[in-house]
Amino acid sequence: MGRYFRRKLLFYLLTFFLAVTIDWLIPRFMPGDPVQTMLSRAAMRAEATQVIYGYYVRAFGLDLPIWQQYLNFWNALFHGDLGVSLWLFPKPVIRVILDAVPYDILLLLPAILLSWFAGNNFGAIAARRRWLDNTVSPLSYILTATPYMWLALLLAWALGIVLRLFPISGAYSYAMAPHLSWAFIGSLLQHWFLPFASLFLVMFGGWAIGMRNMIIYELEADYSRYLEALGAPRGLIRKYAFRNAVLPQITGLALELGKIVAGALATEVVFSYPGIGYLILQAIQNKDYFLLQGCFLFIIIGVLLANFAIDIVYVVVDPRTRVGMQGEMA
Amino acid sequence: MSLQVQGLTVYYQTLWGDVRALENATFTVADGEIMGLAGESGCGKTTLGHSLILLKPPMRFIAGRVTLDGQELPTWDMERMNAFRFTKVSIIPQYAMNALNPTRKIGKMIAELLESRKVRFKAVLPELKRRLDLVKLPPDVLNMYPIELSGGMKQRMVMVISTLLNPSLLIADEITSALDVASQKAVAEMLADFRDLGFVNSLIVITHDMSILYQIADSILVMYAGQLAEKAPADAIIHTPRHPYTRLLIASLPEVGVRYSQKRLMGIPGRPPLLLHPPSGCRFRERCPLAFERCLEEPPFVELEKGHFVACWKALEEEGERGERAYVEA
Amino acid sequence: MIQAKQTHELLYFALRNSKLRLGLAVLLLFVLLALVGPLLTDYRPYDYVGPGAQPPSSRYWFGTTTFGQDVFTQFVFGLRATFLVGLVGGGLATLIGVLIGFVAGYRGGLIDELLNMLTNIVLVIPTLAVLLIIAAYLEVRGVLIESVFIGCTAWPWAARAVRAQTFSLRAREFVDLARLSGMKPLKIILTEIAPNMLSYLLLVFILQFGGAILIAATLDFIGLGPTNAISLGLMMNNAVLWSALMLGMWWWFIPPGIAITAIVGALYVTNVGLDEVFNPKLREM
Repeated sequence: MGRYFRRKLLFYLLTFFLAVTIDWLIPRFMPGDPVQTMLSRAAMRAEATQVIYGYYVRAFGLDLPIWQQYLNFWNALFHGDLGVSLWLFPKPVIRVILDAVPYDILLLLPAILLSWFAGNNFGAIAARRRWLDNTVSPLSYILTATPYMWLALLLAWALGIVLRLFPISGAYSYAMAPHLSWAFIGSLLQHWFLPFASLFLVMFGGWAIGMRNMIIYELEADYSRYLEALGAPRGLIRKYAFRNAVLPQITGLALELGKIVAGALATEVVFSYPGIGYLILQAIQNKDYFLLQGCFLFIIIGVLLANFAIDIVYVVVDPRTRVGMQGEMA
Repeated sequence: MSLQVQGLTVYYQTLWGDVRALENATFTVADGEIMGLAGESGCGKTTLGHSLILLKPPMRFIAGRVTLDGQELPTWDMERMNAFRFTKVSIIPQYAMNALNPTRKIGKMIAELLESRKVRFKAVLPELKRRLDLVKLPPDVLNMYPIELSGGMKQRMVMVISTLLNPSLLIADEITSALDVASQKAVAEMLADFRDLGFVNSLIVITHDMSILYQIADSILVMYAGQLAEKAPADAIIHTPRHPYTRLLIASLPEVGVRYSQKRLMGIPGRPPLLLHPPSGCRFRERCPLAFERCLEEPPFVELEKGHFVACWKALEEEGERGERAYVEA
Repeated sequence: MIQAKQTHELLYFALRNSKLRLGLAVLLLFVLLALVGPLLTDYRPYDYVGPGAQPPSSRYWFGTTTFGQDVFTQFVFGLRATFLVGLVGGGLATLIGVLIGFVAGYRGGLIDELLNMLTNIVLVIPTLAVLLIIAAYLEVRGVLIESVFIGCTAWPWAARAVRAQTFSLRAREFVDLARLSGMKPLKIILTEIAPNMLSYLLLVFILQFGGAILIAATLDFIGLGPTNAISLGLMMNNAVLWSALMLGMWWWFIPPGIAITAIVGALYVTNVGLDEVFNPKLREM
């Protein structure tokens, strides 16, 4: 097992390395001078532009040889220095991002975990009862086919505008500043509900369908038939089928992370919810490349960490991996 | 009488209609008898075997009566049949190598299976260990996962599990098909040992391989296209078969020491009929070299000699002539 | 090899499969709309045709945007872009995935390890993040470029699936036979393995088609879509940007979303139906 984890660790480090390199590389390969492009958007007076340009060139280290720029980038990274945000100048990028991270965790963690559990259980039940299957399955297909942003728009419009049940922008009322009080928490939850619901519903559909199919597959497997032939009660067979069907759902979660990131992004845009997704939108609109690069890095780190966590969980849960399976892993 | 089957008829439901897989099977298996069930692929032997323990869709019970140790087996009733499964009737399935839940330790699975059948695992454990020893499996196999065992070991494990509660009737379905010749011999002998040691009362060994049956079977039942062709003591089937199909079958077996130049290896020309709309009367008549007009009527499964049953008009005719000659000579 | 009888049997089941019929029907509807729609309207997507913020009427079937553009026109032209992205993006992803999957699965060994590592790396890195970085720096973006980008980042799933299938097929006897008879590896892949995977490849393509559409919609929605064309995602982006939500202009953002949901949903359902047709064990009695 140690070998397995060493391989995984190596893989993640390699991926991180590659991702950071891509992040650093792309601005340098895009047409045009990045600093110039940045500044031309800012619409400043000519002399000011000159000064700022010189500052940035030195800040970027663009006057240094390429390899040194690259090393500097890594150096800065390890010091937690992701540059200064242009949009929220002079706030450092790292601060901007860290301010947004709690909102993302508040939104994503419950949405992912709850939809996974609920979806799996629903899918399992649907695999057993025909009538439930006939209603849940088509609905799940529709849900999983729904683009995140559209469901968000739908919910925002239906529940927010038409029925006026929930607010549709921000993480809390604009009249408040974050502080510890029931009123604030209440406002927080009110603003949280719609984005959470839209993420939850789409993901739920996916898990429900996946689990239903896996359970059916497991119920028809040879070991299930054998138990049936030996008179085992349905409850035992279902229990085994469920446990075995959950395993691919765990790896499925790791595979879905990329899509979930995209979905969270779109949802935050719709609800102006101040997570990293919203930051990205602002960064794009305001041509704040530092912020954009910082967000990208954060997303990468988050996804890699989540993948690693899921790998650990999987090893704990699937006994076969502990018995020294070779190959196939990395 | 251990097992009595009368007129058992089972069809398969398909989109195009019913496939008449088993037609009017009537035979007996005595206490302590090992009956081989032989025939080509698709002749209905697996259907017969499964209909005695797990008759579920797409199989459909049409008619018949099955009695085991004087008690009627409600094979058509999945619920009521459960009481008999594992305890009175058991099966070693064709897919034995995949019959164990891959994510459960073998011992744990057996314990859960037994508890679910209201048998205390602790009470059976010493006997279980004794039997593992008998089949040359190490006792700590109970602490392993199926993936840690070789194919042969898994098969022996399944053999032990299936016979753990000393069933009256054991059905062994093609258990040697996936093995090499040396293992086949070992497994066949193990089956015979189980019977000798009293772990099982009667055995039905389903296979298309005659040589195994010659090794351990007391009697052999030959099937063709869903109908019973011939049943007789093993010696009689091999050396004095009466049914034309059995004769051709035996003739097609290679003999040790015979070269190709001396005697050609013969198959049986033609193919078995499709059982969706089977031909009327004897289903072998289209391939049978001895067929005549009478064969359009279904021949009865008749006892020509003590313990020797044949379903063939020609054989009946021969027997009649023999009887006349004996009468004349006497 | 698929013979005439087998194709007949497949067609028979295909025509009877309700999921397949439903999925294909919905898809056909939208394809027709995409092909014929632009002919039904006299305007171009960004033309100003009348008063802004009009709800649907007999004059403007889907109403107008805040600027007075015809939503229906945008819709049908957007459909075209969406289908284009699905085809090119999904097709490219399938192509790359199939290539890599085949080679990895067939050769095994070191090549397989390397390709596997590559696949996993691209798989782990969230597609959108990379596309964001790339697209944000490009001044002008077309639908084609977008499709190519999507195709180049969405292939790992297909590669994995194809690799697994190739593995299992490679071990089959007829492949051994071909190898023993001295056939070159590429020829073996093309003539022995591929035909047996055709049905599988079709299923993979359908899913990639749907996936590409979804990714493109998200990309467009964030504002990184084509700069010189209209797409369904872009419509929704514009709608949000210009306060369609607040103003209750549901006709601007509801139709594009319905279209995407319906198309992707139809693709999924078609996929399941086709799976049943190809795989006899899944067919319902």
